[in-house]
Amino acid sequence: MSAMPVVELQGISTRFGQTLVHRDLNLRVDQGQIVGLLGESGSGKTTLLREMLGLWKPSAGRIRLFGFDLHTTGIDEQRAIHRRLGMLFQHGALFSALSVFDNIAFPLRELKCLDEDWIRRLVLLKLDMVEMTPAHSSLMPAELSGGMVKRVALARAVALDPNIIMYDEPFAGLDPISMGVICDLIRSLNDALGATSIIVSHDVKETFLIADYVYFVADGEVAAEGTPQDLMQSTLPFVHQFVHGEKDGPVPFHYPALSYQDELLKRTSL
Amino acid sequence: MDRTTIDLWVGVFVALGVAALLGLAMKVGNLTSNKIGETYSVSAAFENIGGLKPNAPVKSAGVVVGRVADIKFDSKAYEAVVTIKIDERYEFPKDTFANIYTAGLLGEQYIGLEAGGEEDVLKNGDKITQTQDAVVLEKMISQFLYNKASETKPESEAKAEESATGTSKEDVKSSKEKSGAAKSTELGDPPF
Amino acid sequence: MHIIHSILVGKISRLLRNIGRRMIERIWRMGAGARLFFLTILYSGESFRRFHLTLREVYFTGVMSLLIIIVSAFFVGMVLGLQGYNTLQKYGSSEAIGVLVALSLVRELGPVVTALLFAGRAGTAITAEIGLMKTTEQLSAMEMMAVNPIARVIAPRFWAGVISMPILAALFSMVGVLGGYLVAVPIIGVDDGAFWSQMQANVDVRDDIVNGVIKSLVFGVACTIIALFEGFDAPPTAEGVSHATTRTVVISSLTVLGLDFVLTSFMIVV
Repeated sequence: MSAMPVVELQGISTRFGQTLVHRDLNLRVDQGQIVGLLGESGSGKTTLLREMLGLWKPSAGRIRLFGFDLHTTGIDEQRAIHRRLGMLFQHGALFSALSVFDNIAFPLRELKCLDEDWIRRLVLLKLDMVEMTPAHSSLMPAELSGGMVKRVALARAVALDPNIIMYDEPFAGLDPISMGVICDLIRSLNDALGATSIIVSHDVKETFLIADYVYFVADGEVAAEGTPQDLMQSTLPFVHQFVHGEKDGPVPFHYPALSYQDELLKRTSL
Repeated sequence: MDRTTIDLWVGVFVALGVAALLGLAMKVGNLTSNKIGETYSVSAAFENIGGLKPNAPVKSAGVVVGRVADIKFDSKAYEAVVTIKIDERYEFPKDTFANIYTAGLLGEQYIGLEAGGEEDVLKNGDKITQTQDAVVLEKMISQFLYNKASETKPESEAKAEESATGTSKEDVKSSKEKSGAAKSTELGDPPF
Repeated sequence: MHIIHSILVGKISRLLRNIGRRMIERIWRMGAGARLFFLTILYSGESFRRFHLTLREVYFTGVMSLLIIIVSAFFVGMVLGLQGYNTLQKYGSSEAIGVLVALSLVRELGPVVTALLFAGRAGTAITAEIGLMKTTEQLSAMEMMAVNPIARVIAPRFWAGVISMPILAALFSMVGVLGGYLVAVPIIGVDDGAFWSQMQANVDVRDDIVNGVIKSLVFGVACTIIALFEGFDAPPTAEGVSHATTRTVVISSLTVLGLDFVLTSFMIVV
């Protein structure tokens, strides 16, 4: 890992009011990798994604994309960086007022240098990349199924051929077939575009299937990291619990409280 | 909703709005009746302008012929100098009367011009010499009370005088009438 | 005795602290709203360069409000005619009905009632739409694509509101006068000529009509920016958006009535 990392987070610390979400978090992503960010719900993984996108500013620490510090570069550089990013939001975040075609064409039109002919070709090309037909292009987002919404959102995310594609819970709420399709797409898009992908998820099985490297986020910092194979055999209790889906371990399922018999009889000692 | 339909409806909307504004200005407002074209300025001095305000109408025979442009105070002669703009179309002789009247019982005050009989007409910058002040309510009331008081007093005096000097009641009465008549001209002609 | 005293002091201080906190929150919100207003003006260039964006919003705020404005104006004008005649004829001045209807509408009812109806219909629609876009992450998606959501989404709606309000207010006044005419002349029997001539003699274009237009412009700015801010600032949940729409109506209405007093006091002095 000697080349410059595409994404680098150093000493990230994030505070929401009184709660400390991240505490001295460090991670790096190299070119061409598919990196997974795993952790339980509420561990701040989505916040990390937003900070990487520049949508949220951490209380401390540095974020570097393509070697540029995200918060000290000027507006023009920030915009140029944004053009090289693509993000698939958890529920698609399609523009409800626009058709499928217009949604995918949106980033292309914002460039203001392509004529409608070219835009049409690119949109149909992107639709094909996510395995949808031109017949879908006139539908409105409200008329699409969950899987189709995600695929259209993915087509929009890659409309400008980004260098980094980020996925926020891409496997959430999908049926097994759609999940297989998305897994395939993430891998094939990454390779076809020569891009780097970052996946935030709590779906261990699917993430392990396609990721090259995985970070576990817990307690505001990186609890563990490694290739999926390493982590499967890890003896760290937290990793073990997460990977094998155990009910009890370092992450308590049963919160410390009175047993229900004691609660019923109102005994006050713990 | 495609572009052309939206454009059409928005165009209709804006057209309706403009039509409403024009309708309001012309039918409801006084845009059409307020056309005063070219004007010439004339000044008039009053001892008391009462409640006359700038832009008050200047009427002659009940028709608006101009507007009050400016009201200033002359600190040498201690009187108010009112500049009025009269529509070019109307000429007034040099001995025109400028009076301050009230519209209605308690309404706004305006200037009424009454033409005199001279040959020469007023030109831009001329001064109207015959003016009549506004009626000030307090003065009217105090005069009324004074009249009332002087009505009862001379009667008793006349009785005493009659018995003393034999002055006829008629003399007293006629002098009262004269003062009464003088007072009515002082107050000026009634409005309208 | 001491105990009661300290409890009372505690309660009062808590009450004062609550009031203070709420006041600070309100002032903070006003500041945030003013900030959004300035940003909207700053990024307004795009609303005029791509005028079709603004036109689309004029359709949704203005044209869609036409029905409610015209119908309300008609009824308001008719009621003014009835009530006005009822009172005027006691003093033998029933011919002044035209003046009464016209002045009431042009000076006050036109701008104010239109603004209240606008806040209720178009304002809530704007708040709900922007709130929903925030909830479904459409605004974040736009930001991520290096598209300024204020320039693209907020500013066109602002200018559409500012353009629509005076038009709607003028329509309200005109239709109201017609409604009053319908009640006064054909139905009650007031003289047609007297109705219009008295009106024309007493309604001044500069003092009354232009002032009415100025009022409706100010109300347009206020209502639209409040609707936009409430939507933009709404918590991204269902309850958040629904509360935001209620707040839009309440705050818009109070602001319009307060501004009306301030503006009228300025205009009457002139």
